[in-house]
Amino acid sequence: MDIDHDATPPDAENEARRFFLKQSMFIAGLSMAPADLLQAALAPEDGPVGNAAKVKISLTVNGKRRRISIDPRMTLLGLLRENLGLTGTKKGCDFGQCGACTVHVDGRRTLSCLTFAAMQHGSKITTIEGLSSGDNLHPLQEAFIKHDGFQCGYCTPGQVMSGVACIREGCAGSAEEVREYMSGNLCRCGAYPNIVDAILEVKMEGLKV
Amino acid sequence: MKPFQYLRPKTIAEAISMAADDPEARYIAGGTNLVDLMKRGIASPTKLIDINHLPLKKIEHRYDRLRIGALALNSEVAKHKAVVTRQPLLAQALLAGASGQLRNMATVGGNLLQRTRCSYFYDLALPCNKRKPGSGCGAEGGINRTHAIFFAGNGFGGIEKSSCLAVHPSDMCVALTAVDTVVVVNGPDGERRIQMKDFLRLSTQQPELDTNLGPGELVTAIEVLDNAFAKHSHYLKVRDRASYAFALVSVAVALQMDGGRIWDARLALGGVAHKPWRYWAIDLMLRGKAPSEQLFREVAEHEMESAKALEGNAYKIKLTSNAMVAALKTAAGIS
Repeated sequence: MDIDHDATPPDAENEARRFFLKQSMFIAGLSMAPADLLQAALAPEDGPVGNAAKVKISLTVNGKRRRISIDPRMTLLGLLRENLGLTGTKKGCDFGQCGACTVHVDGRRTLSCLTFAAMQHGSKITTIEGLSSGDNLHPLQEAFIKHDGFQCGYCTPGQVMSGVACIREGCAGSAEEVREYMSGNLCRCGAYPNIVDAILEVKMEGLKV
Repeated sequence: MKPFQYLRPKTIAEAISMAADDPEARYIAGGTNLVDLMKRGIASPTKLIDINHLPLKKIEHRYDRLRIGALALNSEVAKHKAVVTRQPLLAQALLAGASGQLRNMATVGGNLLQRTRCSYFYDLALPCNKRKPGSGCGAEGGINRTHAIFFAGNGFGGIEKSSCLAVHPSDMCVALTAVDTVVVVNGPDGERRIQMKDFLRLSTQQPELDTNLGPGELVTAIEVLDNAFAKHSHYLKVRDRASYAFALVSVAVALQMDGGRIWDARLALGGVAHKPWRYWAIDLMLRGKAPSEQLFREVAEHEMESAKALEGNAYKIKLTSNAMVAALKTAAGIS
C-alpha cells in the first residue's frame, strides 16, 4: 500500500484555528498587497483544511500525471481548484445537489464535491480545462455560445461536462431525454431551453464529442 | 470536518479486519451520502475504509439468480443486459433515482446503506431521535409533509410507537423489496445472507439504526432471485418536480399473468415508511383474478386502511392509493 500515515495525527482543530487566524490577518492586509504578492500568497501549497495525516495519491488530470500529498478530508473539487489551480470547475452548493462541480472520472460524469480526492488514487480526471484542445472550443462549448446556453455562466462548466457525458452515454435522443438526463445540473438563470437546444444540436449533427 | 484516518484495503478480509475493532470506523464506496453527512458534521468517522479497490463490481446471472456485486455502480446496473431483461423493475427504479452524476458514483451497497432521513435529521439545531437518540423528533408536530404514513406494522403499533417519522429515500430498495432479494454480507463472524425484507428496519426501536447490519459487517452483493415478472412490472414515482427529487410516493409492482389472469402479485411502496413498505396481502387478493380498475381500486384502498396521516401529509393517503391503481394498471397492461 502506498499510503503514508502519521502515527499521531496533530491536533487538527488547533491547526485549523491557526490557519484561520493566519487567513484572517492575510485578508485584513489584502487591500494594500501589491498584485504579485497577492498572486504568491493565493497560490496554495497544502490546501486549506489544516494539517491532518497526509495521504499520497497519484492521478491523471487532463492528461497530466500528478503525484500529490493531501489531507484526506480534501474533496476532489478542492484538489482541482485549490491545489491544481483548475478553477473552471465550480463550487456551487458543495453538497452534490447542483452539478456545478461536474467533472469526468474515468470517463464518467461525477460530482467532484462529493468524493474525497484520496479516493481518486489511480483515476483519470477530465475537467472543463481538459475538454477542448488548445484554443479550439469543444463542439458543445461552441453550441452553448450559439444557443445562448447561459447567462451568468457559473453553472456552465458543469453543464458542458454533464452534456458531453449525456451525449456519450446515448441519452440525448430527444428534448425529453436530455431534460431527464441533465436534471442533475441546475441553472438558476433558467437557461434550460437553450442548454437543451445546444446539446440536441451537437447530438443531431453527429459531431464527435 | 473532523480529521479521520484514511485506509485503502485490497482484500475483503483486510477491510473487515480494519473495521473490526473500531465502532467509529466506516466503509466508504461512492460516498454520495456519507461525504454529505461528514461535511455537515452529522457523521464523523474516525477511520474511513475506502473499499473501492475490492473485487466487488461484478454483475452476473448464476443458476437461479442475478448476483450484483456491492460496488456495481447504479448506472452500470441500470443498463446491464441481464438486469434489463430479467429484472426490468430494478432497472426502472434505479433510473428513477438521483441524477446521472450520482448514479455514476453511488453503488448498490451504498444505496442499501444510505440513511433514512428528513430535513430535521440534517438540522443540527433541532432534536432528532435518529441523530441523537432520545432527543425527540422535530417532525412530530413540525413540518411533516414528506413523512411517513405507515408505521410499526398493521395493527401492531402506530405513530406513537415510532420514534422516527422519516421515510427511506431509495428507489432501488423499493424494487428489491417487491421481489425476492437476498443481501449478502461478510463480517468478523463470516458470511451471512439476509432477506431484503429483514435488512432495513422500522423505527419502533433504536431509530438510530436503519439496517440490521452487525458491527463491522460489509455488504458484498445482492442476489435477486429469478421470477416471472419481467413482462408485467412497473415502477411509478410521484414527486414534486419531474426529475431528480425524492419520491413523495413510489410504487413497485410486479405481476405474473397468464390467460388474462393474475397468478402472482408483488407490490412495495416508497416514500411512505421508515423502510420500503411491502403490501403482503396483495398476492392473496389478486391471485386468479382478471385485472380491472375496480379490482385494483379495492385492493389499494384495503391497504390504505392501515395508513395514518400526520398533520401535514394527509394528501399522501389518496395519492398512494391512486398511485397504486395507476401502477397496477400499467403493469397489467390495461387502460
